[in-house]
Amino acid sequence: MNQHHFAFFDEGSKKEIRRTILKAVAIPGYQVPFSSREMPIARGWGTGGLQITLSIIGREDCLKVIDQGSDESVNAVSIKKLVHNTTSVEITERTQEATIIQSRHRIPEIPLQGGQILVLQVPTPEPLRQVEPREYMTKILHSEEEYSGAWLQLFEQIMKYGRTATGADHPVYVNSRYVMAPSPIPRFDNVKMNESDALILLGAGREKKIYAIPPYTDVQSLAFEDYPFAVEEFSGKSCRFCGATDVFLDEVLDSATGDVHYQCNDTSYCLEQLNSHEKAKEESSYA
Amino acid sequence: MHNDAILSVKNLEKQFGPGCSTCHNESTRKLEKNYCPQCGTVYACRNISFNLFPGEILGIVGESGSGKSTLMQCLYFDEAATSGELILNNQEFQEENVLELSSQQKRYIRNYHFGMVYQNPLKGLKMDFSAMGNIAEKLIAAGGRNVAEMESIGKTLLEKVHIPLFRMKEEPKRFSGGMQQRVQIAKALSNNPPILFLDEVTTGLDLSVQASVLDLIKTIQRELGISMIVVSHDLAVIRMLADRTLVMLNGEIIEEGLTDQILEDPQNPYTQQLVYSLL
Repeated sequence: MNQHHFAFFDEGSKKEIRRTILKAVAIPGYQVPFSSREMPIARGWGTGGLQITLSIIGREDCLKVIDQGSDESVNAVSIKKLVHNTTSVEITERTQEATIIQSRHRIPEIPLQGGQILVLQVPTPEPLRQVEPREYMTKILHSEEEYSGAWLQLFEQIMKYGRTATGADHPVYVNSRYVMAPSPIPRFDNVKMNESDALILLGAGREKKIYAIPPYTDVQSLAFEDYPFAVEEFSGKSCRFCGATDVFLDEVLDSATGDVHYQCNDTSYCLEQLNSHEKAKEESSYA
Repeated sequence: MHNDAILSVKNLEKQFGPGCSTCHNESTRKLEKNYCPQCGTVYACRNISFNLFPGEILGIVGESGSGKSTLMQCLYFDEAATSGELILNNQEFQEENVLELSSQQKRYIRNYHFGMVYQNPLKGLKMDFSAMGNIAEKLIAAGGRNVAEMESIGKTLLEKVHIPLFRMKEEPKRFSGGMQQRVQIAKALSNNPPILFLDEVTTGLDLSVQASVLDLIKTIQRELGISMIVVSHDLAVIRMLADRTLVMLNGEIIEEGLTDQILEDPQNPYTQQLVYSLL
């Protein structure tokens, strides 16, 4: 595949995106506009994340791509193939081995380490979009730190459902300055952003915005005094394959029997758990 | 006397357009109504100065295009004034011209010290959020972070403006015009502002609803002692509400005084015409 430029982009494009990333890292939580390029996949299918990945990746990097916890979904596989075909970098499924992890809507279960970079794909980067459709108005609101709109959405949910009902993308306050959409990760993953060891980059290709959370940044989920922030509840439930309990679980309905099962959402984590169980079993049987 | 004022405006000017050599200088300016026939620049507010005292309702009356709404928008920072001073009797901003503060500080004053009721509820309310949410928005902006507290304040206010509580979780787009206006008043009152701006609040409402809204404003003023600036082209509204009245024409204040005085014994020819045209 030598007819391709390394990492698909020309050097000018990479430079522009890297500059945008630098600015985003310098102002944690601030959405920096950039000239999102046409990609070989459609906008809204991870082009923001892909553009970040392609512009920061080097020959020694090791890449992991996940789509809602799965390493094997079509979207993740196509992105992996594209990056591999244009860079020949190593691809992995193990979180610990990867230097760059591009993810759609999940942060892996295995804690990220310093030196790793998490790239999140973002559909709607503007946390105030639902209350204010005009971009120039939301820019003013951010500049004046006027976030009553973001709080108002949570207040309305409490009025209607008796609790905050954000399924995903629960807004966060970054570095006590900018309110940010963490991308549609479950609330379960919001806490992983706070004081993270890894650099987190967020890219919205369709909306042409890049923003970032540098390592060791204060990230707090929005919550009222009498309605504290709560993550999804999985008490008493465990993964039906590996038995894990302290992870984000998917609910699977068996339509034939009507039974409800729970299983790890992070497939590579689940596989690793299973392998280590097997290994332990094997070792004990030899003894 | 001046030191007692809760809000004072000095030489406020607002122009739309860059102006030209003939109209730049005030002494050589030859305006047609409020605009320069040479360059088309509109001088919407010219040399406006007045004081607002605690617990007082100040009326501003004038025909369409006289600059009364523009003046109000400048005071509420919806529009940037071209020049002039706005001084609040407030410990945080003592003797400071608040028109020159940063937009964050202006936002702070709006959220904590001002309330505004617009002529059109579309401007003051979020039509797709519940009535309660609309009130909470103002409370959140003024630092409220406790849902139960905000809900109880909201309920008290909605009761005060006669919105049945079983409709508090409905969106104002499903309310009648008069109800929307009353929700707007409740919202404006929620952060207990010392100063309330009312811009043509009863225009477009039918007479019985007008009466109940006016009654409500009067009651609120008597109970809470809030200072208000009421803009209206309707002299009957001004007569009922305002203690003192300014008459504006073509961007200038042409007459001011006690409301009774102005209505019974107008001095300026325009005011005379205005008062005598009252049916």
